[in-house]
Amino acid sequence: MKILVQDQDFDIATEIKELSRERTDIGAIVTFTGLVRDFHGENKVNQMTLEHFPGMAEKQLATICEEAFERWPLQGATVIHRYGPLAPGDQIVLVITLSAHRGAAFEAAEFIMDWLKTDAPFWKKEQTNGGDHWVDSKVSDEEKCKKWQK
Amino acid sequence: MEIFYFARIRENIGQSSETISLPEKAKDVNGLIEHLCDQGENYQIAFENDAALRVAVNQTYVNFDHPLQDSDEVAFFPPMTGG
Repeated sequence: MKILVQDQDFDIATEIKELSRERTDIGAIVTFTGLVRDFHGENKVNQMTLEHFPGMAEKQLATICEEAFERWPLQGATVIHRYGPLAPGDQIVLVITLSAHRGAAFEAAEFIMDWLKTDAPFWKKEQTNGGDHWVDSKVSDEEKCKKWQK
Repeated sequence: MEIFYFARIRENIGQSSETISLPEKAKDVNGLIEHLCDQGENYQIAFENDAALRVAVNQTYVNFDHPLQDSDEVAFFPPMTGG
């Protein structure tokens, strides 16, 4: 399990290689990458700034990942979340899950993302043509997270 | 007690952290919020909507009735929007 909270960009291929190197027991690798969109409703997004709670952000991501390892037979996982100023098209977040079979890898990746949205202390502020504003949390994100509750 | 503020709450209050002595009457998070709201309008604006407020004590999410001690580290922030 690898958890990183960083301002630098990441390279998906490098991260996958690091996880799967010298292993022949892995049957499935699922990756999810979240990007900065250049629109929000009718507004054009020029830039986004991601604020985070240092220390707690890493701790929450680790807790979410540990929970995924308890629920699915995972062989590895990486979560990288960026902070700081980002431009449209920039990568924000990466989730990689490894398992012997695709079902577990797909589900665990979705679970980690859904939980991360509502439980990891990050906040987005968008600079748009209509002014700067903090992104509101979505009820739909909370519902997606709730569906995983046991 | 150390208090941290993030995102909109930080902007409303005008600083990212402060150190205070927890007043004896502030027994829990609600009590701390009441105390802070006595300090100025910026705090009242930051804390006016409970539904848009989250709190962590020693980096663990808690409810507003969570008891507090002067040695605790408290953080206030809006609902998370990462990912």
